[in-house]
Amino acid sequence: MKKIVTRMGDGYLTDMTESELKKDLENGTMDASAKGKIPSLSEDELRHLYEIFCNPSRFVSVEPGNEIILSFDGGTHKIYRLGVNTGRIHNFQLMERAIGADTMETGHLDYCFKAVKTLIFEEQQELEQALLVTMLPIFYGAMPNLGVYSQPDGPFPNPAELLPQGKIKEARAAQEEAVEMAVRDMVSVATSLYEVGADGINFDTTGAAGDPDFLAALRATRILKEKYPEMCVELGMSSEFVLGMHGELEFEGVRLAGLYPQDQMKLAEKAGVTIFGPAINSVTNKSCAWNVARAVTFVKPCVERGKLPIHANIGMGVGGTPVAEYPPADAVSRASKAMVEITRLDGL
Amino acid sequence: MGMAITHSIASGMGGVRTAGDLVGRMQMTRGMKIREAKEYVAGKLRVSVADLSDPVTMAEVRGDLDLGRVRSIPKFSKGIDAKFRIAELLGIEINCVNLFKQRVGRKF
Repeated sequence: MKKIVTRMGDGYLTDMTESELKKDLENGTMDASAKGKIPSLSEDELRHLYEIFCNPSRFVSVEPGNEIILSFDGGTHKIYRLGVNTGRIHNFQLMERAIGADTMETGHLDYCFKAVKTLIFEEQQELEQALLVTMLPIFYGAMPNLGVYSQPDGPFPNPAELLPQGKIKEARAAQEEAVEMAVRDMVSVATSLYEVGADGINFDTTGAAGDPDFLAALRATRILKEKYPEMCVELGMSSEFVLGMHGELEFEGVRLAGLYPQDQMKLAEKAGVTIFGPAINSVTNKSCAWNVARAVTFVKPCVERGKLPIHANIGMGVGGTPVAEYPPADAVSRASKAMVEITRLDGL
Repeated sequence: MGMAITHSIASGMGGVRTAGDLVGRMQMTRGMKIREAKEYVAGKLRVSVADLSDPVTMAEVRGDLDLGRVRSIPKFSKGIDAKFRIAELLGIEINCVNLFKQRVGRKF
């Protein structure tokens, strides 16, 4: 019996029969369909996914004409985080001239707005210089990261300590105060970077601390777009599901807790976001085929129902890619091709 | 980096090797979806949509229009000066170009 070599969601190699592969693709799309209350993939789409996974090549790619735009999170960090002795301006040039990046992003290594606020001058200085020697559009990016506003890292009581004590009212109050401070930091930092020439601001891994995190990004976007209507704001999510850490927060009358990508996207659109990035988490004990089918099913309604360009997150552990420190090109290229050719989205 | 390189080859437009930066700018400045952005840029460059992702054709087109290329060629536009030309060609505002004009105190 023919065996298809593929990987699990943790990156380890496995093999499957043709019927096991088909079953995993069907189960993956059904999981997303049931959770998100969205259509599952059609037979033709499942057949296309099946062909992508059956292809014995190490690497697959989209057909000519289907190419899309790449945007990045932590783009210029990725080189010096390897221990390679380069600076961010070198990295911009490498990504532009050597890697063929369509856009690029820079940010502070700590990658949260709270941390950047205290060294904004240095961030402005380096971005301004990078913009002189590069041609591609440049985002400045960071995470709302509401976790760092809680004690002991931040000024407010820690909801993760209050909730187990049954202090729900206090936990909610602490999160509401954190939202106010995070919005101020995000607006202040984004303003400073835009005023030295950034082409766009990337609110990345939004919702990582649950509904207050998502609310902070939506509010900051609205303020920034009122201040600078021409500013490009990309909002990338952290998960397919907004965790209800507070549970009662709303934006435009819509409760944030429990929202799936197609509804996250609608609120992003209302807030003034220019590019939306849905993130679908990979499940490590399921196959890559299951994860890709599930991720594609979640992203497709965003593309079909929204007016915004959609750049799905397909970094480590999201968008059907495995959770592995060294991402295998066979698995990533299959997730890349599948996401582009099934959803017809605008970028990754 | 493995992630970025894989996506770049598997599905990316190719950045300044092709017209990826130009199509990206239309998404960022006008909120265009991919098809509309490609058609807009192809129209401005007077090439077909298929040409936009071809590095051989686009190297010639970018060279002819002096929009900046992968290689930093002496006497040709690169960096901020290429972006002046890109803004003019695409009919868009580029933030750092406008700030540069303000700094040198000129209206182009």
